[in-house]
Amino acid sequence: MRLAVSLFATPFNFALTVLSVGIILLVLPPFLNFMIFDATWHGTSRADCLPNAGACWPFIKAKFGQYVYGFYPIDERSRPNVAFALGALLLAPLLIPSAPFKWLNSVLFFGVYPVIAFVLLTGGNLDLRIFLLGRFFDLRSIVDLGVTGGLRSTFWADFLLSSSFLTAFAALAAGVIGASIRRAAAICLMVVALLGAVLLAFDLDFGLRSVETRAWGGFLVTMVVAVTGIVVSLPLGILLALGRRSELPIVRFFSIAFIEFWRGVPVITVLFFATYMLPLFLPSGVSFDTLLRALVGVALFSAAYMAEVVRGGLQAIPRGQYEAAAALGLGYWRSMSTVILPQALSLVVPGIVNNFIGLFKDTTLVLIVAIFDLLGQLRASFSDPNWATPVTLYTGFAFAGVVYFVCCFAMSRYALFVERRVNVAGRR
Amino acid sequence: MAPGGNHNRIAIFAADPRLRAALLQIALVLLVVGLGWMFFENARQNLASQKIATGLGFLNETAGFGVSQSLIPYAEGSTYGRAFVVGLLNTLLVAGLGIIFATVIGFAVGIARLSSNILLARLAGAYVETLRNLPLLFQILFWYLAVLGTLPSPRESEPILGSIYFTSRGILFPRLLFEPGAYVVLGALAVAIVAVIAHWRRTGSSRGVAGIAVQLATSVLLLVGLPVIAFVAAGGPISLDVPELTGFNFVGGLRVNPEFMALLFALSTYTAAFIAEIVRAGFLAVPRGQTEAAGSLGLRRGQALRLIIAPQAMRLIIPPLTSQYLNLTKNSSLAAAIGYPDFFYVFAGTTLNQTGQAIEIIAITMAVYLAISLFTSLIMNWYNSAVALRGA
Repeated sequence: MRLAVSLFATPFNFALTVLSVGIILLVLPPFLNFMIFDATWHGTSRADCLPNAGACWPFIKAKFGQYVYGFYPIDERSRPNVAFALGALLLAPLLIPSAPFKWLNSVLFFGVYPVIAFVLLTGGNLDLRIFLLGRFFDLRSIVDLGVTGGLRSTFWADFLLSSSFLTAFAALAAGVIGASIRRAAAICLMVVALLGAVLLAFDLDFGLRSVETRAWGGFLVTMVVAVTGIVVSLPLGILLALGRRSELPIVRFFSIAFIEFWRGVPVITVLFFATYMLPLFLPSGVSFDTLLRALVGVALFSAAYMAEVVRGGLQAIPRGQYEAAAALGLGYWRSMSTVILPQALSLVVPGIVNNFIGLFKDTTLVLIVAIFDLLGQLRASFSDPNWATPVTLYTGFAFAGVVYFVCCFAMSRYALFVERRVNVAGRR
Repeated sequence: MAPGGNHNRIAIFAADPRLRAALLQIALVLLVVGLGWMFFENARQNLASQKIATGLGFLNETAGFGVSQSLIPYAEGSTYGRAFVVGLLNTLLVAGLGIIFATVIGFAVGIARLSSNILLARLAGAYVETLRNLPLLFQILFWYLAVLGTLPSPRESEPILGSIYFTSRGILFPRLLFEPGAYVVLGALAVAIVAVIAHWRRTGSSRGVAGIAVQLATSVLLLVGLPVIAFVAAGGPISLDVPELTGFNFVGGLRVNPEFMALLFALSTYTAAFIAEIVRAGFLAVPRGQTEAAGSLGLRRGQALRLIIAPQAMRLIIPPLTSQYLNLTKNSSLAAAIGYPDFFYVFAGTTLNQTGQAIEIIAITMAVYLAISLFTSLIMNWYNSAVALRGA
């Protein structure tokens, strides 16, 4: 009854109903016909699709590997699969609010997972040669025990020497200004140990065949860009947001300049900056591949966007919390990391997810700097003469559209779900 | 903290928070300056070794490439500086039109989402969810390749509404040709519009059906009559230029590139989805009591919406609307993917390719977009302060 009232109560309402029904009839039946009823479901070549007016799904089946992996070697495709599965396995409990071990889970996802995924996808075994001291002295004359297990002894001797020097220097500096020598040394050793562990993982020879990033493509690249963006942008964004609200004028100025600059320019110019301009700023001889350059660009702008999301959370924390932390005698970093940030970050989870949706959609822009993500592979697949049919274009767009829509829609629903939870928690 | 006996003068000095703050900031400045200097030195060496020219001298050199759409005279012999202006104007054109269309569609869809008609509200919701959850570049390519790219060739196209042709080479409209006397007609039209607006303002709209009918009739008479009289009096200074098929392509009329259409369409519909959400949130945020109060004052629904609800909603809508306008302008740079000669494509694309002066060109490109962003937010902030609560 209420429905009838809402649809036919007044002449104007009636007209709106007729208009809506007209639009639905115009869009829905052709869409369903194309996707399901007139579509070709079985077949192996374009000849099977030519008689039908609907989607040519065998085309997608034939191109599926290309859409997901690009030109990643076929017999190595279990590696991206493992990387996908591991990511999903670590991400799922992170997204479920009631799942335990959030802290450990975050460390695994944001810290350990990127390293594992890097080794899995590239093959690792970076063959590192020079760390720090090696830039100034030729260490090969002192230590040269050759290469074992992909590790070059000269490099690791360099690493150990350099890090001992750095730790000693930090301890000395702490002693001079009267800070705790032990604490300075401990922090320094921890940083060095973490760096060492990551480098070790990159440098070890796990027997994986090396796959250049040029061969990567499709959904794999989409995910690599999106995950790198989120993993790098969270810590950087938090730092920038803290910097923007800092009481130190110069820190605040640099943070604002960084954030507003990268937010004020289009994303493609950032990718162009990273692809064409950044290499000119680095010492000649230092070259890194196209995908890594694009990733640097993505990290720059996503950090700036993330900073604004985090700032929103920081502003929502009542002054009393800052004052209470100070009254407990906590210093700046202690009060931020144990009192303010945990509250602020849980407030902005919906914002972070929405930011990630934007980032996920923006990954398509890498195709302008000649990296073939899902959309790039899609466009490339259209020019295959073996599959030239009148419906090939529409089929491709329908498939990619469904993939993008499902991913983004699911994420936006998740953001809504968390938002409601946050609101309920706030009202208690 | 150092143990009690170990307090030396340096330690006390270093524990002073102001000094620590100063030291930290000096270190930061040194780091940034050092990094900047390193970048500068590296760039100098790299440019020298790769024999890339520096400076802005290239702006005066001959560009030597064609541009498919230009608002000002441009030829292959023109300079890079002129290509810069051509691209910039094209960007402003697509962004300006995009903002207008996105606003109109966005407000319509946003208000439709709030309609009491469930079907219409759900339909508007479906529009928003679909368009918001697909990447913009995907949509641009879809319009360009799958919709406009599959239009018939000029020879096979059929006219629509008399003489509009949708072809794979672009869309052709009849064009008005203005001769010297045309300003008389345009002037008459302007006078008619001003007169009609003034008339409606003075009499208001609450005079019954008959009153409104009379008012409508006079308005139409004014709007049509005055320009027609002026047209005849001035000796017919405006003529219609209709596109005609000669050989393989059309001659005459106004041709709109498919690249431009695809970009404009995708930008407007995509941004409209976001604007619709902003509009919806803005209207929902006005308390129900306002609608009820307007009703008890005897205002009808339309009047309440126009006089009470909309002005309050606009205050909430404008700030996020500004950032959507900025997004649209920045997103117009995606033109590069389909080859619409916007500023990014002409300058950071073709010009960069030909001259290789990455640093200057990307820096200028970023500066231009920053300037456009800044200018748009200035205008919107001015408008925002105009509609903001006084004394708030």
